[in-house]
Amino acid sequence: MARFSSAGLPSSAEEIWRYSRIDDLDLDAFELSDAGDAVAADVGVGVGTGSGDPAARVDILDGWVSSVELSASARAAGLSVRRLSELTEAPGGVGGLAEGADAFVDMATAMAPDALLIEVPAGKAIAGPVLVTHRLRGGGRATASQTLVRAGRASQVSVIETLVSDESVALHVPVVELWLDEAANVDYAGLQLLGRSAWCLGHQVSQVGRDATLRSLSVALGGDYARLRTDSRLTGAGGSTRLLALYFGEGTQMHDFRTLQDHSAPKTTSDLLFKGAVQDEANGVYSGLIRVRRGAVGTNAFQTNRNLVLAEGATAWSVPNLEIEENDVRCSHASAVGPVDEEQMYYLQSRGIRPEVAERLIVLGFFDDLLVGAPAPALHPTVRRMVSDKLQRHLASALPRPGAA
Amino acid sequence: MSSSLCIQGLTASVGGKEILRGIDLEVGAGQVHAVMGPNGSGKSTLAHVLMGRPGYEVTGGSVTIDGVELLGLATWERAQAGLFLALQYPVEVPGVSMADALEEAVAAAGGDRRDVVERLAAEAVRVGQDPAILRRAINVDMSGGEKKRNETLQLGVLRPRFAVLDEIDSGLDVDALRMVSSRVEAATTEFGLGVLAITHYSRLLNELHPDVVHVLARGRIVDTGGPDMATELERTGYAAYGGDTEEPVTGAGGAGDPAAGGDPFADPLA
Repeated sequence: MARFSSAGLPSSAEEIWRYSRIDDLDLDAFELSDAGDAVAADVGVGVGTGSGDPAARVDILDGWVSSVELSASARAAGLSVRRLSELTEAPGGVGGLAEGADAFVDMATAMAPDALLIEVPAGKAIAGPVLVTHRLRGGGRATASQTLVRAGRASQVSVIETLVSDESVALHVPVVELWLDEAANVDYAGLQLLGRSAWCLGHQVSQVGRDATLRSLSVALGGDYARLRTDSRLTGAGGSTRLLALYFGEGTQMHDFRTLQDHSAPKTTSDLLFKGAVQDEANGVYSGLIRVRRGAVGTNAFQTNRNLVLAEGATAWSVPNLEIEENDVRCSHASAVGPVDEEQMYYLQSRGIRPEVAERLIVLGFFDDLLVGAPAPALHPTVRRMVSDKLQRHLASALPRPGAA
Repeated sequence: MSSSLCIQGLTASVGGKEILRGIDLEVGAGQVHAVMGPNGSGKSTLAHVLMGRPGYEVTGGSVTIDGVELLGLATWERAQAGLFLALQYPVEVPGVSMADALEEAVAAAGGDRRDVVERLAAEAVRVGQDPAILRRAINVDMSGGEKKRNETLQLGVLRPRFAVLDEIDSGLDVDALRMVSSRVEAATTEFGLGVLAITHYSRLLNELHPDVVHVLARGRIVDTGGPDMATELERTGYAAYGGDTEEPVTGAGGAGDPAAGGDPFADPLA
């Protein structure tokens, strides 16, 4: 880890790392995951994906691609899922979108044993999702991964990535690049379900071409400190991106999101909705920027972040920003941080519903609202159940026995 | 023994200001009592004090259902004791469908949650609510009329012993008012529902026929009489009770009424 000693890391003095726990990171405390034993090991952690007929299944252990299976129909439709190292020459631009973004992207590029390349040729629609499961062995190891999605002109694909680990200490740096050629249609869902001692410093960057459509859902329920930077670059006229995130922290968890909606082409649309909840002593951070560059005439850009703070010891920060260099644009941002709405609680209780059940309904409803129309619908029941389990733990202890009104 | 909702010497204040100054009334099973009164008389305060809304301080008196004191109970416990409140401004609950909420409510009351969807659908028909609305989040982006129908169909599913209807007529057009009233009236015989209908206007009482009419003014019941009293009030207004003489007792709170523009009680969400 010497090459990435803590001296070269960013600090919370930088705006983009403000509120983060970056100052607590001691890289020297981690060891690199070793190639040889990684693929053979079985960490025994998994998650039901609930997705009927996937186009492909990929297993990645500590960043090592351990297995790739394609369905016959997806293969026939032209889907390609490979290790980047299998190619003598990478397709133009692939692997370069995130380059230079920060020290951790550099680290991932250098450390990731291999990159996973998911390609869909022009004009092809892939039925069923590509399911990628990342397992971390933990045990104090630092790991990295790269997932590169390249969707050709007017193609269509759905990718679901899940991150799991056991409860031991781990550091993971996942980089995801989504490249959408003209009129491509991509659904991407990332589920961070890491163990409670894991750190995750993720970066997702998308490039949305002319008339292309990206829908992205990030779910963060696990980890100790889990950060995700999401950049969406709208580089072709008429491109559109919908960015969604759902996060729910308990205990001393911290979920940290930084977003950039970067418009450089005319008539592009970005619509961001991030919803988080914090209970116990958990922290949530949302900081986002809409940037409309000169030339991006007719841009529509929306950014909404809402947070439910379910306990006095929990904190949520929300920092929306706009940077607009063009006229004739439609932009808005909204953010809210607050407890469960008292009126809603009263209303449900007036129907005979106990306060803890009312709160569960309201929090689940808060997230359900976001999941309507979100990518990877087959996973939503799992996400809902996990949110419900978290609430159960919270409500079992936190709510006082309701007394007189 | 017939059920009864009994309010005795009820006093309450909001923000240190006394609003209810001693309310006494008793509603029996299957009866409809109307509480009428001018703006500021304490009508809505009475409704929320009965249901136990936070922010209302009860300073004295008693409210019982069949001898069970409600005033020490939390809102949900009062509901389980048999009390229901149809809110003047039903609350929007994003992401929570009517079925989700009522399944919990029915289960909490010891009922079978598996029947709820079917019962909701049946109740929707009775109040003219589009059944598709039941799958949407409760009251979100709904008209005032749809919200009031929602309140009424919840009443039908939950089958409480007593229902307080707080300005159920506001936001309803004539046809909707008729359907809602006839559903509530049917409940008085179907399951012996006792009703306390709070309203500013007599038009509700043309559809929902009261057995007893009370006039609430300045935090007290100042007069009690038969159904004829509503008609009388329509003629004379609240002036005799110290209410604002400018306030019409007739008029209509309905969204469909052109007079609604000047009506301070019209549902702003209608």
